Amino acid sequence: MNISSIIFYAISALILGAGILAVTSVKIFRSAIWLLFSLIGIAALYFWMQVEFIAAIQIVVYVGGIVILIIFSIFLTQQSGKDLPKPAISKMVFSALAALFGIAFTFNLINHYGFDNTSSAPFNASVNEIGMQMLSTSSHGFILPFEVVSMLLLASMIGCIVIAMKSSTSDTIPLNNKKD
Amino acid sequence: MNEIPLTHILFVSTALFFIGMYGLFTRRNIITMLMSIELMLNSVNINFVAFNKYLFPDKLDGVFFSLFIITIAAAEAAVAIAIIINLYRSHNSIDVDDATEMKY
Repeated sequence: MNISSIIFYAISALILGAGILAVTSVKIFRSAIWLLFSLIGIAALYFWMQVEFIAAIQIVVYVGGIVILIIFSIFLTQQSGKDLPKPAISKMVFSALAALFGIAFTFNLINHYGFDNTSSAPFNASVNEIGMQMLSTSSHGFILPFEVVSMLLLASMIGCIVIAMKSSTSDTIPLNNKKD
Repeated sequence: MNEIPLTHILFVSTALFFIGMYGLFTRRNIITMLMSIELMLNSVNINFVAFNKYLFPDKLDGVFFSLFIITIAAAEAAVAIAIIINLYRSHNSIDVDDATEMKY
């Protein structure tokens, strides 16, 4: 048990504990903050695995982007101090049973499958390597998915604006006025 | 570093995936369901990176898969939040039990 394994188990405890609190907390804002800690723990796990580029992307995109977006939408759509309604006891019990069964089944599978690693080459995930392979046009390059995903981002950006745009002619406004 | 076997990292990501599944089953609020989905996507990313590092250290395919998954998850979260805001505007609620016009 050296210091590296201790760090791994501490990071795992942080990820799983914050994850459990994120899905069970009764206040939605606290739930978002626990999600933030869980994502930071996952970034720490990437740092522990020495894939620094993915860890940096995780922090920038998830912690700095998606969680902030979620917190903004919580502020825009509901009273963040109010408790969420509790789910029914039977639903909680059956969901927990399903999750525990899935965990036990998958743990069993992982435990009995011997993973044999095929090569002992050193793992090199430096930004230099990733950048060269990302934009290479050879048979192992990722230039086509890179371009396709840029089109996807553009489409989703336009789609977000169109969906969230407030239009005065749509029928959503009379429905809203009816409820007020 | 090498004292931790691959299976322990897979245990962590499996547990995280089923925590997200539990949240998706029990929550009725769309924002919290979206947060559960983010947890599940992250557990998949951990799996890709761990398999790449431990089983195929001479390639980088798992790293690229997680990069593209992160990108698509960001796009998905942005579209989902636009839909949530639009739903809140028309129903004054983001509870999935209140949006049942298309159910039957």
